[in-house]
Amino acid sequence: MLGQLITSGIAIGATYALMALAMVIIYKTSEVLNFAQGDMAMLSAFVAYMCLSTYGLGFAMSFTLALAFAFALGAFLEFAFLRRAKEPNVLGLIIITLGLEMMLYGLASWRWGSDQKDFPFPVSDFEVHQLGGGVVISELNLVTLGVACALMILLFMFFRYTKVGVAMKATQQNQQAARLMGIRVGRIMMLTWGMSSVVGACAAFLIATTDTLDPNLMWTPQLKGFSAAVLGGMTSLVGAVLGGFILGVVENLFGGYVSVEFKAVVAFAVIVLILCVKPSGLFAKHYVRKV
Amino acid sequence: MDMKRDYYEDIRLLDSGPQVFWLVVLLGALAAFPLVADSYQIYTVNLIAINVIVALGLNLLVGYTGQISLGHAGFFAIGAYSTLALMLNAHLPFFLALPLAGFISAAFGFLLGLPALRLEGPYLAIATLGFGLTITQILGRLDVFGGHMGLQAPPLELFGLKVASDAGRYAVIMPICVILTWGLRNLTKTRVGRAFVAVRDSDIAAECIGVNLTYYKTLAFAVSAFYTGIGGGLMAFILGFISPHTFNVMVSIMFLAMVVVGGLGSILGSVMGAVLITWLQLELARIGELPLVGPVLTELSNQVFTLSGLPNVQYVVFGLIMVLIIIFEPLGLYGFWIRTKIYWRTWPF
Repeated sequence: MLGQLITSGIAIGATYALMALAMVIIYKTSEVLNFAQGDMAMLSAFVAYMCLSTYGLGFAMSFTLALAFAFALGAFLEFAFLRRAKEPNVLGLIIITLGLEMMLYGLASWRWGSDQKDFPFPVSDFEVHQLGGGVVISELNLVTLGVACALMILLFMFFRYTKVGVAMKATQQNQQAARLMGIRVGRIMMLTWGMSSVVGACAAFLIATTDTLDPNLMWTPQLKGFSAAVLGGMTSLVGAVLGGFILGVVENLFGGYVSVEFKAVVAFAVIVLILCVKPSGLFAKHYVRKV
Repeated sequence: MDMKRDYYEDIRLLDSGPQVFWLVVLLGALAAFPLVADSYQIYTVNLIAINVIVALGLNLLVGYTGQISLGHAGFFAIGAYSTLALMLNAHLPFFLALPLAGFISAAFGFLLGLPALRLEGPYLAIATLGFGLTITQILGRLDVFGGHMGLQAPPLELFGLKVASDAGRYAVIMPICVILTWGLRNLTKTRVGRAFVAVRDSDIAAECIGVNLTYYKTLAFAVSAFYTGIGGGLMAFILGFISPHTFNVMVSIMFLAMVVVGGLGSILGSVMGAVLITWLQLELARIGELPLVGPVLTELSNQVFTLSGLPNVQYVVFGLIMVLIIIFEPLGLYGFWIRTKIYWRTWPF
């Protein structure tokens, strides 16, 4: 029982971790809390669905097209809206992303209606593997776990060892200085948003497979992703993924042993409690703001 | 031109003679309104008045004190549920239950204010968002509050008089709205209000000059929650029936939209934002029937989009308004109003 709860907790946590990664990429570069993340991903999932069922393309082709769409969407939103705001504060940026979230939600539910659709996926949720001791994990969960860990490692390497990754970190620390060092800040931002949108889209494909596809698909995963990112400290990639796993496991254990009814809210209780003790999350350095 | 020359100029409630005149005209118009308007118009204005109350409360927190809240639907729900529960289970009369519900909501505001002392920016946004969701989840599980089935509002009775019509509810809601607006105006002109503004501009600097952060931040949350709770209590009677789904995250976002669109840190702005957003909400819900825009959108829906999803256009419009306001006029409608005023005052220069 315990083993199974922890295993499926980690499996659920992997989807939170993916969303958290997407949030962290943007927050790392531009300190924007992106509320549109979930609906950007949801729209990408709908594009994949359209390619698959309306145009009858193959899986590889459809997912590639949808990921390309996700990248373009992210870059476009940054270019068209975020960049236009002059000297915005934290609240202003949150409002802009909330506005974008509503626009994307409105467009998606206008185009596809609110009825639920089955999202086809090459990996099934029903084929399970034995892990020993009666603990099972489905193939889809394994894929999700693999994608989350692979993306985390890739992104970690990207931020650590590539020129663009370092430029992104520089942009976060001091935009003015970064610009003086010859970094094209605007382009870096667009790239960041595109990348984040692609990671979010990966999460949406995986979540749409376990769930059904409708415009509300990503709202809960987005909030859980937020919580995971906050838990991990908003700027740490490893923290975001660990935060996702911790959240998934805690949630499942709570659901298994205490109360299934309040399972959905335990994540937020955990967040508030942990933030009271460590205001900058578990894995980020607490930085003191200058006055 | 608007420079304050002495202390008393800064603390007085009304700045000039014309302001007094227009205030009297406005109050007169509000008093005469139910005599000339039809039932649906009065219903609309009732909704607007409630949203004005909530927007004022939220603006005190977001605009004056600088604390983000994405969980005001939670306070709204607490206010609505406590009012009904106090009336149904404790058999209190309405005029006692409503303020009590406000204070219960304020107590929760105080509790939420405690973690907020240590959090800022995105962390606070997540914590408050989580609060709003948690409240509705918990309300949906408690049998005292009817669980997912919700609660039916009892008939509204005030000093033995049954209030059943829209005009009757207007007579209850509008005075409360006016008094609360007046109260907030008063609050912002006092020591407390100036302390809030100091906390917003820089909490560390405020602490250095002797503003007790613990006290004023939790107080801001409590007062804001009180306003929102009162708004929720009144809303329960407008709707006649409440369930946890009435108070979803979208409600919180719309409250925030009212405050931002109207203008942060401004009472007139809150009123303008609440009026605009509420009116748009009612109009856009039946967007297909609107003149000019309606047929075009219907045609577009048939060709590219789906007809059943047409009402969702309202989200696109609201989203666009929020984004455009932040990009072009961060001070909202209030900023636009001020600029227009200055333009005409200095015309032709």
